[in-house]
Amino acid sequence: MSLSREQVAKRVAQELQDGYYVNLGIGIPTLVANYVPDDIEVMLQSENGLLGMGQFPTEDEVDADMINAGKETVTAATGAAIFNSAESFAMIRGGHVDLTVLGAFEVDQNGSIASWMIPKKLIKGMGGAMDLVAGAQNIIVTMTHANKHGESKLLESCTLPLTGVNCVKKIVTDLAVLEVKDGAFHLLERAPGVPVDEIIAKTAGKLIVEGDIPEMKFD
Amino acid sequence: MAGFDKVVSSYEEAMHGLKDGDTVIAGGFGLCGIPEGLIAEIKKQGTKDLTVVSNNCGVDDFGLGILLQDKQIKKIIASYVGENALFEQQLLSGEIDVELTPQGTLAEKMRAGGAGIPGFYTATGYGTPVAEGKEVKEFNGRPYILEESITGEFAIVKAWKADRYGNLVFRHTAMNFNPLAATAGKITVVEVEEIVEPGELSPSEIHTPGIYVNRVIKGSFEKRIERVTTRPSK
Repeated sequence: MSLSREQVAKRVAQELQDGYYVNLGIGIPTLVANYVPDDIEVMLQSENGLLGMGQFPTEDEVDADMINAGKETVTAATGAAIFNSAESFAMIRGGHVDLTVLGAFEVDQNGSIASWMIPKKLIKGMGGAMDLVAGAQNIIVTMTHANKHGESKLLESCTLPLTGVNCVKKIVTDLAVLEVKDGAFHLLERAPGVPVDEIIAKTAGKLIVEGDIPEMKFD
Repeated sequence: MAGFDKVVSSYEEAMHGLKDGDTVIAGGFGLCGIPEGLIAEIKKQGTKDLTVVSNNCGVDDFGLGILLQDKQIKKIIASYVGENALFEQQLLSGEIDVELTPQGTLAEKMRAGGAGIPGFYTATGYGTPVAEGKEVKEFNGRPYILEESITGEFAIVKAWKADRYGNLVFRHTAMNFNPLAATAGKITVVEVEEIVEPGELSPSEIHTPGIYVNRVIKGSFEKRIERVTTRPSK
């Protein structure tokens, strides 16, 4: 069975470490915040200028001056800091953010990512994604392994306009966890019940499969 | 003698001198922290062929989006314009030109512009369409692209409080691009919720010193929210 969006988020949350500063992109990455293990502390960075993003406000707490990068109303967590956009991207570009999780249309075997533009179809802009992939120490991409036509999104070389080059370290899809290194995808884990053959069939780029591939574990 | 008193009493006075073809740098992130009344005044004045520099372009009927209705914007430099159908229409029909710019690069372009730094190298955008036509230089084995900074004839800014001298304090995430925009305008106009007397703001709490600010006006704000997201109480 392929993973649900929640399960993908849950699996990504296992990558979090105590004391991490983390930027979560829109979509599945946002859900990761719901699965932070109880025994660790992480601080969420929102690139519009908030370090220490808290939960959504109650109806009474809603404040138009308090939003996240997805333009949703949020609260500040205990110990949060607020700053301007240049300061926000100084921490991103300066490599101070430990982990960035974002979605993508395509990733290739060299770790290049396309996530912001489909020529003649979707031209909304890159927002902060190019800064995040150029600056973060560690980047995890979440996406479905194949598109709705069954075509692989893990390619030899991206076909869409790039967001960044040679930057993605890890990918969590609905089928697998893969590491990107030395010009190839390395299969680390598979979704429960998903055979390795299916992952091989749905990975267009170079895929290395070594030994028995364990199933992902969920509590 | 006005001395350092920057307060003006009408929007007309606040935006006086804005001409067709000017570059206007605007603070705000989405609809958060936008100078609502100054944008409305630009619409009222009907100034044309503007180049607008802002992270976003509002929505169809609010924020900078209202300047699209009468086709006042010739070009927009922004990181994300996905909330605006009118914009997409004018882009596809070739009536408006867009320079999509990574958000951090955009912030740094304003910051550098205001600081008298004409350009800077960044890894952001290297190897992507953003890098097309730009100089590439390696530092410590990593390639970077040259980005030029931005200044404008006008900057329009929204702050929470100002004193009469133009010292500014921003509130929560309504800060965003506002302090950067404030530094990058030849004429910087600030619309605020509250004007206080000099001395009422502690010097240590001021985010933007008055030296960057030319005009201050007290506004009233709708503060529209794009996405109200809540959790149940208890």
